[in-house]
Amino acid sequence: MTAEIGLAALWLAAALAALQLVMAALGLARGQPEPVAAVRPIAIVQGALAAITMIALIALFLASDMSVKLVVENSHSAKPWIYKFAGAWGNHEGSMLLWVTILGLAGGAVAILERRLPERTLIATLGAQAGIALGFYAFLLFASNPFARISHAPPNGLGLNPLLQDPGLAFHPPTLYIGYVGISVAFSFAVGALITRDVGPAFARAMRPWVLASWVFLTLGITAGSYWAYYELGWGGWWFWDPVENASLMPWLAATALLHSVTVLATRDGLRAWTVMLAVVAFSMSMIGTFLVRSGILTSVHAFAVDPERGAFILALLLIYIGGALALFAARIGTVRAGNTFEFVSREGGLVINNLLLSVILGIVLIGTLYPLVAASFGVQLSVGPPFFNKAAGPIALALVVAMAVGPLLRWRRDDAGALLDRLIWPIAATGFTGAALVVLAPPGVLPLLGISLAAGLAVASILPLIGRNLLRTPLFTWGMVVAHLGIAVSLVGMACDSAYTAETLIAARVGQPVRVGPYVVRLAGIKPVVGDNWSALEARLTATRDDDTIVLRPQSRFFTDPVTATSESAIATEWDGQLYTVLGQADEQGRWQLRLWWKPFVTLIWLGGVLIALGGALSLIGRWRRERRERRVVVQERYA
Amino acid sequence: MRRWLLWTPLALFGLLFAVVAGGLIKPADRTVRSAMIGKPLPDFTLPPIAPGKPGLSTAVFRQGQPRLLNIFASWCIPCAAESPQLLRLKAMGVPVDAIAIRDTAPALRGFLNRNGDPFDRIGDDRQSAVQLALGSSGVPESFVIDGKGRIVHQHVGDIRASDVAAIAAAVKNAR
Repeated sequence: MTAEIGLAALWLAAALAALQLVMAALGLARGQPEPVAAVRPIAIVQGALAAITMIALIALFLASDMSVKLVVENSHSAKPWIYKFAGAWGNHEGSMLLWVTILGLAGGAVAILERRLPERTLIATLGAQAGIALGFYAFLLFASNPFARISHAPPNGLGLNPLLQDPGLAFHPPTLYIGYVGISVAFSFAVGALITRDVGPAFARAMRPWVLASWVFLTLGITAGSYWAYYELGWGGWWFWDPVENASLMPWLAATALLHSVTVLATRDGLRAWTVMLAVVAFSMSMIGTFLVRSGILTSVHAFAVDPERGAFILALLLIYIGGALALFAARIGTVRAGNTFEFVSREGGLVINNLLLSVILGIVLIGTLYPLVAASFGVQLSVGPPFFNKAAGPIALALVVAMAVGPLLRWRRDDAGALLDRLIWPIAATGFTGAALVVLAPPGVLPLLGISLAAGLAVASILPLIGRNLLRTPLFTWGMVVAHLGIAVSLVGMACDSAYTAETLIAARVGQPVRVGPYVVRLAGIKPVVGDNWSALEARLTATRDDDTIVLRPQSRFFTDPVTATSESAIATEWDGQLYTVLGQADEQGRWQLRLWWKPFVTLIWLGGVLIALGGALSLIGRWRRERRERRVVVQERYA
Repeated sequence: MRRWLLWTPLALFGLLFAVVAGGLIKPADRTVRSAMIGKPLPDFTLPPIAPGKPGLSTAVFRQGQPRLLNIFASWCIPCAAESPQLLRLKAMGVPVDAIAIRDTAPALRGFLNRNGDPFDRIGDDRQSAVQLALGSSGVPESFVIDGKGRIVHQHVGDIRASDVAAIAAAVKNAR
């Protein structure tokens, strides 16, 4: 019964999305009040119906209803409940349903919350949102039905990939999806504003919280994903430039650029065309990213060909949304009145540089990700790996760090280069001092040296906007900017230290044999078998001694039976100045055990920085929201005065 | 801003779309093509490793009869899975020789006792030297060699039940 309720709600939601689109179009074309009045309530009900479909699917997974095909293929009745719950979106159909659910809920939220936009633009926005949702509803109903039954219900399901049985991964996709879908709302705003030719500060202010919120979720999702890959895969790396990682990085880069340009539009009425373009690009990146990875075309062209119907459907959606928006942009943006202009040396100018550098990095990542696909169409098989991305994107990322340090110290509209240099004295001093100290104490490579020195300069420059102010009266969004920029500096130090100072040892060790790695002496104390819920493992007992402290680590190599899989569970000791990372490998015939040991100084700063960046975004969001509420109250009071 | 500039994003997207659509319509050929096919087998002489069974040298493959050369190891799990197919090929009259990679005599004896022994000769390639000379990257891997010592067919990975017919045909055609 639950499956039928879910399917019925899905059809109804799709019908309402179609109705929402038609009403919005009628309202805009004819200007009649009735269809216009209908759009908001329809959007709200559509969101509620979408939520019902997702709840139905989660209920099916929790109940292990083995008459539903999706549950059979992706779940197992013996699985811990949390993974049954997460299993609802740990597959193609379920994740698409989650996508459209968040999309529907976001549309409902826009209909309820949005008061800043002129009504015509809001109606156009909700119409665009309905158009996007309609495509995904159709995709689910015709090509990826999550509620399909099977005729012979087996007693048990096929389980979930053991690699995915990890709480980090259970909540990683929803976090990223909220980010992606938030960007889709920004896209709808841009399309709405293009349709009504109303690209101005009001539109930017309405769009900004959506961009900020989705950027915070994207940042958290990427940070969590990076740490998950680091500890779960046992490779000791934190970023691999894998197409799946790039799929979330590309929208993040575009959203970061959009976040900054939307501020220029909201406060200074500049960068109109550019902001609209970035909103379109950001959503294009989240669509291209999610779906090219989902369809498997990037990791393997083969998987894409297995289901040409789905592939064609996705391509059609890409063509309609991205192609449509770009065509609308080209046709309309020329008729939008140009915004304010500014001098090159100004806050706006700094933000333009920031945007250009971010766009170049985005271009590099996009080209690197798609190049194998392009090469394949010419019959050449190749893959593009970290050496390309690091070499191409690294120097530009460092230039971006410089721009980040300078930007917040610039005044709006016009500034004086001499005065700017005066303000930059402390950051430049910090960069120079750190660089010199590094060269004397522990010379790293060129890029890490630049990375750590510039991070020191950026850290100092980030705090400067707070100097000489009453900290309690400083607006929360200024705090947000400071914290986010500081977070970038912190992450950068972590990345540079990891690449410059990591010590690695790979050894076949006998029991009792001491091994040196970084500041530690590690001894293999013993190996014993252990058994878990649905796995068995060999567990090593390692004692790691540093100065006079000894810690015990227990890395495992695990074997799952259903399906048969082996994974290595690394053991990681976190100290204030870094992590000792240990992995247990195979035994050889002489009774020695393969051990991989890494000492990674300050590597934790990478993720600490990520959390700070997201926290900065959240502070900004709260700050903007509070100021707006205050302003609204003032307006209301004036009205009744 | 120039008007045509506004249309460039759409044009770029169109290009991207064409590439992706192309990939969808005409999936790329992902089979590994060997550079070794048509080339003569490299010269090697390997000592025996299994008791009572001769070692292996290139000369064996130049005696006019096509043979199957299997590269395997006792520590390789797909190799164990492949054994029944090799036994079937043997039963179909295909002579099968092997090179054992990084193996030891006791471990190999255990492997042959467990999985059966389809091999006429087994060469001991402790350092993977011959494996590298053959351009083979992993175990198991099989080559069909014609009677003049030339490689005519390469099979990467374990031989599945569904591959047996094709390999038997390749041996027959090599005559």
